[in-house]
Amino acid sequence: MAGNRLTRRRLLRNGAGVIAAGALSAPMVHAQGTGGTLRCGWWDHWVPVGNNIMRELCREWGERNRVEVVSDFITSVGNQNLLTIAAQAQSRSGHDILAFPTWEPSAHARLLEPVDDVVGRLEQKYGKIAPAAEYLGKREGAWRAVPAVSGTQLKPAMIRFDLLKQHAGIDIQEMWPAKPEMGPGADRWNWDTFLMAAEKCHAAGVPFGLPMGQFTDAVDWVGALFRGYGASMLDEKGNVTVRNNPKLRQAVEYLVRLSKFLPNDVWAWDDASNNRWMISGRGALIFNPPSAWAVAKRDNPQVAEKIWQAPIPAGPEGRFVPYLPYFWGIWSFSRNKSAAKSLLEFLSERSSAERQTTTSSGYDIPPFQSMSDFKVWETEGPPQGVVYNYPNKPHQKGELNVAFAPAPAEIAVQAYNQAINTKVIARISQGGESIDQALAWAERELRNFARG
Amino acid sequence: MAADGTMTATAPAAVSPGVNSLQRFARRRSTIAFVMALPLLAVIGGLVVYPFFYALYLSTLNRTMVRNIGLGNFEILLDTETFWMVIWQSCIFAVGAVLLKALIGFILAHQLHHIPAKGQKKWRGMLLIPWVMPPALSTLGWWWMFDPSYSSINWLLSVVGVPAVPWLGEPNWARFAVILVNVWVGAPFFMIMYLAALKSVPDQLYEAAAIDGATGWQGLRHITLPMMRNIISITVLFSLIVTFANYDIVRVLTNGGPRDMTHLFATYAFQVGILSGNVPRGAAVSLFMFPLLAIFAFFILRDVTKRNKEQM
Repeated sequence: MAGNRLTRRRLLRNGAGVIAAGALSAPMVHAQGTGGTLRCGWWDHWVPVGNNIMRELCREWGERNRVEVVSDFITSVGNQNLLTIAAQAQSRSGHDILAFPTWEPSAHARLLEPVDDVVGRLEQKYGKIAPAAEYLGKREGAWRAVPAVSGTQLKPAMIRFDLLKQHAGIDIQEMWPAKPEMGPGADRWNWDTFLMAAEKCHAAGVPFGLPMGQFTDAVDWVGALFRGYGASMLDEKGNVTVRNNPKLRQAVEYLVRLSKFLPNDVWAWDDASNNRWMISGRGALIFNPPSAWAVAKRDNPQVAEKIWQAPIPAGPEGRFVPYLPYFWGIWSFSRNKSAAKSLLEFLSERSSAERQTTTSSGYDIPPFQSMSDFKVWETEGPPQGVVYNYPNKPHQKGELNVAFAPAPAEIAVQAYNQAINTKVIARISQGGESIDQALAWAERELRNFARG
Repeated sequence: MAADGTMTATAPAAVSPGVNSLQRFARRRSTIAFVMALPLLAVIGGLVVYPFFYALYLSTLNRTMVRNIGLGNFEILLDTETFWMVIWQSCIFAVGAVLLKALIGFILAHQLHHIPAKGQKKWRGMLLIPWVMPPALSTLGWWWMFDPSYSSINWLLSVVGVPAVPWLGEPNWARFAVILVNVWVGAPFFMIMYLAALKSVPDQLYEAAAIDGATGWQGLRHITLPMMRNIISITVLFSLIVTFANYDIVRVLTNGGPRDMTHLFATYAFQVGILSGNVPRGAAVSLFMFPLLAIFAFFILRDVTKRNKEQM
C-alpha cells in the first residue's frame, strides 16, 4: 500500500522522534538513579590515614545510595575551620555537611538543621549520648548536630609508669590494668595522691607537664579538676558564682599549690608543648589523647614503651574527664538534607565508628559509652594495652566534662576561649596577686561576657 | 602632545560638526582619568569601604546578631580590664617597635650609604631578607628559638653559663620578644626608604658644610635630618599603621599570653570575635584602632604639609 510505504521523509521524521524521546528521557533515568551530590567538609585529621577512612566510608555509602559525595578536609591549624564555618554562615552557602568543633554547633544553632531523628535512632541502638555532648550539641530543645567520631578526643592521664613507680611509689599499670576492672589502689587515684606524686616527681627532676596557658589542653584539664571539686564560676543560667564560693576557693588553692611543682614555663605552653614534654622523656605525666604516645612510638620508642594511659584522678565530687568533641552538622541551607542525614547516621553506626577509631590508632572517641570496647584499645602497643583506659569505660566511673559547663554555651564559650580558669591561677602564682584579687578580676570579666 | 607628555584638549576647530556633548564629555581628560581609575576605586570600595561600614554595622549588634544595641559593645569593652590592657599594650608595642625600627633603619641606611657602590647591592639584598620573608614563616623560626622548653637561644646562653630566660612565659620577656621580632621584620623597610632619601641629598651641601668646618654630627643634624624629615614622617606613619594592626607575630609567638599581656587589637579581636563566637564585640575591638590611628595620622600629616608649605 502506498500509504504505508516507508518513505525517506517518514524515516527521517520517525528517527528524529526516537532520538528526541531518548535524549529527553535520558536525564530523567539518570536522575532517578542518583541522589545528587553531597558536599562535605570534614576535619582534616592529625593522623593522615584518618582522612582516608572518611573518604572510604563516604564512597561506600555514596555507591550504595547513588549519591556523589565530595569530601573536603579542612584543617584546624590556624583556626582555618572556624574561619570556614564563619564565612559559610555569613554567606549562607558552602558545604551541605560540615565538621563543627566543640562550641560551634550552639554558636550557629539557628543555621543548623535539627537532627533529632538521626540522634534518636542512634540512641535507640547504642544507648544515651554523654550529657557533655548533649550540652554542646542540643540547643532550644533540638539536636543541632550529631556528635562526631572523627576528631573527638578525651584527655586522660598519660603516664611514664616507670618514673611514677620509681619516684612516687605508684604502680599505675597495676592500679589501672588493661582489663575492665579497677586494680588495687585505684580508689585512691585522686587529686591528693596526684599532688603528692607531682611533688615527688618534681623533686626527682621529672615534673608533670601540665600546661597552664590559654590553649585548650590547659583549660580542659583545669576545668575537669574544678568540676572534681564541685567548683564552678558560672551557673546554668549564666550567673557568675565566683563570690563566696568555698569549693572554687578550695580548687584554686589546690592548683596554686600544684603549680609550684610544674616546669616554670607552663604559663606559655601550647597544645603541643605537653606532647613534646612527654616524648622527649623529660616528664612523668601529661593529660592527653594517645597522639603523644603515637609520635613517641615513631620518634622515641624507648619512651613510648614506658607510657600507660590511666583515667584522670577523682576529686571530692567525682571523676571528670576532659572532653573535646567534634560534631557533624547540616546547614539549614543545604539542598540535600535527607541524604546528609542518612550519611551521618551511617558514619555514626558502630561498624563505621570502629573503623574510624581503629584507623586513628584509637584516637577518635565515639559519643556512646557502649562503644568504649573497641578492639583497638586492647591491642595497641607497645606496651600492649597502653590506651586501654583512654576511652571512658564504665568501670572507671568517670563523667565527660566540658570546662565552664553548665553555663549557657554562648557565655561559656567566651570564658573557655579566654581561659579565665587558668588565668586566675596564673595571676596568683605568676603575677603575685592574692586569691581574692584574682577571683575579683575573674568575676568582672565573666560578668561582661553575659552582657550585650 | 604637551611638553609634559600629556594630551592637550583638541582645538574647537578640529571638532567635527557631528560630535555631540556626550562624546565631548567622554573625551575630556578628567573623564578618561576617572574611567581609568574605576577598577582601583572598585577594589577600594569592595575591599576597604564596604568591609569598614560592614564592621561598623556588625559592632552595633548584640552577641547573637539579632538585635541592635547601638554603642553597647564599645561601652562593655571600655568597662573590661583586659581591653584597657590591650589598648596600652598596642600603643607600647606600636610606638616602641616603630621607634626601634626607625633608629635601626637609619643606622643601617647610613652604613650602607658609605659602602662603595660595588659591594652595596650584596649587603642591601642580605639586609632585606627579613622583610621579604613571609612573616608567619620567619616568626615560626623565632618561636623555635624562644620555645619555652627547648629554646635554642637558651641553649647558647647555657654554654656560657647564663641561666635560661623564660622568653615567652614571663610577661615582660614575652613583650620584649614580640617587639624584637617585629623590629627584625620591619627595620629593613625603614633602611631602604632612608637609603633612597639619603641618596637624594645633594653632595654639594655636605661639601659646602665641610668647607665651613662642620663636623660629621653637624652635617647629620643640619643637613641630613632636615632633608629627610618628610620621608621619616611618612615612613613612621605607614609603619605605625601596619604595626598597630599586627596579628601574625603575636598569634604565632604567644597567642596573647601570658595572662593576655601581649595581646594587640587584632589578636584580641580574633579571640573575642571568632574564637569566642562574639563577632560584634570582635568588630568593636578592631574598630578601636581607627580613632587612635586617625590621631597619629592627623599630627604626622599636618607636620608634613606644614613643612611642604614652608619650602614652597
